[in-house]
Amino acid sequence: MIEAVGLTKRYGDKTAVYNLSFQVRPGSVTGFLGPNGSGKSTTMRMILGLDNPTAGHVTIGGYPYRKLPNAPRQVGALLDAKAVHGGRAARNHLLSLAQLSGIPARRVDEVLGVVGLQDVARRRSKGFSLGMGQRLGIAAALLGDPQVLLFDEPVNGLDPEGILWVRNLMKSLAAEGRTVFVSSHLMSEMALTADHLIVIGRGQLLADMSVKDFIAANSAGFARVRTPDTEPQLREKLAGALTEAGGHVLPEQDGALRVTGLPLPRISDIAHGTDVRLWELSPHQASLEEAYMRMTQGAVDYRSTTDQKEGLQQQLPPGAQPPMPVPGQGQPGWYAPPPPQQGGQPFAAPQGYGGAPETPNPYAQAAPQAPQPAPGHAPAQPAPPAAQSPVQPPVAPAAPPAPPTTAPTEPKDVR
Amino acid sequence: MVTQVIRSEWTKIRSVASTVWTLSLAVVVTIALGMLISALSKNEFADMSRRDQASFDPTFISFAGMGLGQLAMIVFGVLVVSNEYSTGMIRSSLAAVPQRGTFLFSKIAVATGLSLAVGLATSFVTFFLGQAMLGDHRAEIGDPGVLRAVIGGGIYMTLIAMFSMGVAAMLRSPMLSLGILMPFFFLISNILGNVSATEKIGQYLPDQAGSRIMQVVTPLDDDKPYGPWGGLGIMLLWVIAALAGGYLTLKKRDA
Repeated sequence: MIEAVGLTKRYGDKTAVYNLSFQVRPGSVTGFLGPNGSGKSTTMRMILGLDNPTAGHVTIGGYPYRKLPNAPRQVGALLDAKAVHGGRAARNHLLSLAQLSGIPARRVDEVLGVVGLQDVARRRSKGFSLGMGQRLGIAAALLGDPQVLLFDEPVNGLDPEGILWVRNLMKSLAAEGRTVFVSSHLMSEMALTADHLIVIGRGQLLADMSVKDFIAANSAGFARVRTPDTEPQLREKLAGALTEAGGHVLPEQDGALRVTGLPLPRISDIAHGTDVRLWELSPHQASLEEAYMRMTQGAVDYRSTTDQKEGLQQQLPPGAQPPMPVPGQGQPGWYAPPPPQQGGQPFAAPQGYGGAPETPNPYAQAAPQAPQPAPGHAPAQPAPPAAQSPVQPPVAPAAPPAPPTTAPTEPKDVR
Repeated sequence: MVTQVIRSEWTKIRSVASTVWTLSLAVVVTIALGMLISALSKNEFADMSRRDQASFDPTFISFAGMGLGQLAMIVFGVLVVSNEYSTGMIRSSLAAVPQRGTFLFSKIAVATGLSLAVGLATSFVTFFLGQAMLGDHRAEIGDPGVLRAVIGGGIYMTLIAMFSMGVAAMLRSPMLSLGILMPFFFLISNILGNVSATEKIGQYLPDQAGSRIMQVVTPLDDDKPYGPWGGLGIMLLWVIAALAGGYLTLKKRDA
């Protein structure tokens, strides 16, 4: 059991973690989610007594970590897979940690087998891939057979087989009654692994609830309604009528409407009543990923902007259309609307639909918004997967957010 | 707890090539340069002035390689401590041993023990090989003050390594630590100690004070206010200050 009370950490005038209170209970996997730079790692370090909180405290089993009797046998942690001396063989790395904790050398070979590194045990970790490094870090966390386990981004760099292995390992550790606390910035991964979620943004608690509740509270269903492309005035007409009937309507970037708060038959009746033909009326479930993005979008520190490539544009062949930004991108209403709920939201509301592109990009600094695109006919544009296929496939993306060059907001000429 | 840290640190030192190599380098450089300068001094002895001949110190001559060899000891001391920070291992280590003082001083104890063993061996080998080179002008280990100088040479190398460990624990970065220590011991200390204006201050620097222990024959114009053991004591104070600074840094700062 990990318990944080009013945990606050400031570095100079930058507040990394503010007034964070939560409990991590044994017997389940608790996911610790937040965008890059939201304070996850800082919190983990404070749990382990490596950083001193500016205010508040955090305890494991009732003790602050530094007072915990026999700490390395109680708590195991993977903080940074790269925190290994590259010139030291994997086995010697684990051996030095085992000796430090008073754990017999035989245990080193056991954990090497558990993580599948027995064949490279005597190789220097310099040549390890990121995935092998993660396995070595997980092996170090398992050394003391601890009751409390902390993993900071354990699936980074792992292949799909490795991700599945980590997922099953976490679950089996929790099933043995251990406390498992896993941080990640990948909602989709946590949705499959964790039983309970703690979500932070800019160092503050956004949500603390079970995954089941999180899904119920956040993955609102919606209806997609498409009117004939040829008659845009019908779309406006229907949107007005639906709003009047108490529905919540948001335009999608390809011209469809996203409707919540009204059952499908009712939408059909209204369309019939206002004499609007429909090309599509389909039910959809907003993904957990979207719910998470919506929740954290007000708390993202590093955002990508549209790559304008000024001065880098290649000469277009004669007759070709210049690439045009797509209306709807970088504009309000990108995400599914929040679930219609009486009595307010269970978590801190985002600060409006901030008008910024969607993918939090860890490498780009926030910059002024790209100029608004000219209205009119734009080339068809592949939409980011989150908006196009809201039903999340049960496959976890292994890669971190895309670097700027492949940002999904980049205008492309598809002709 | 202390024995656990000591066993772990021993594994860490022996399982990394860089620490093994720097220690070996310290041995080889000190011995080889000592032999070379001893051999050269033997040939030049006849050309020396009377004054120089009177203050000729065969023991100190054979330790001439120490000035360069100590640089390798500095690298060893810095690497042992700052490797923890540059790799990030320090977090795993302190998670395993939350008692930071125990961790730091056990770690330093292992590296110090190893430095002392290597330093003493180097010192004795350097002395005997250097004297062999000096031929007729040699000193014997039984001569007054010689054994003290030879043992002191080993202690001097150990203290240099300890001082570097303390500085590295304060500065954490290996580049920063080496960037300060290497020019200091290779250049600045020598300049301060040889320019008459700054000599009074320079003679209290750790290496200037500590190396007094290796002199058997006092130079004629020597006006240093301390003897061999006094000099080593001054160096020890420097070491204690560096280690205390390193301990306070580790205890107070976030890892």
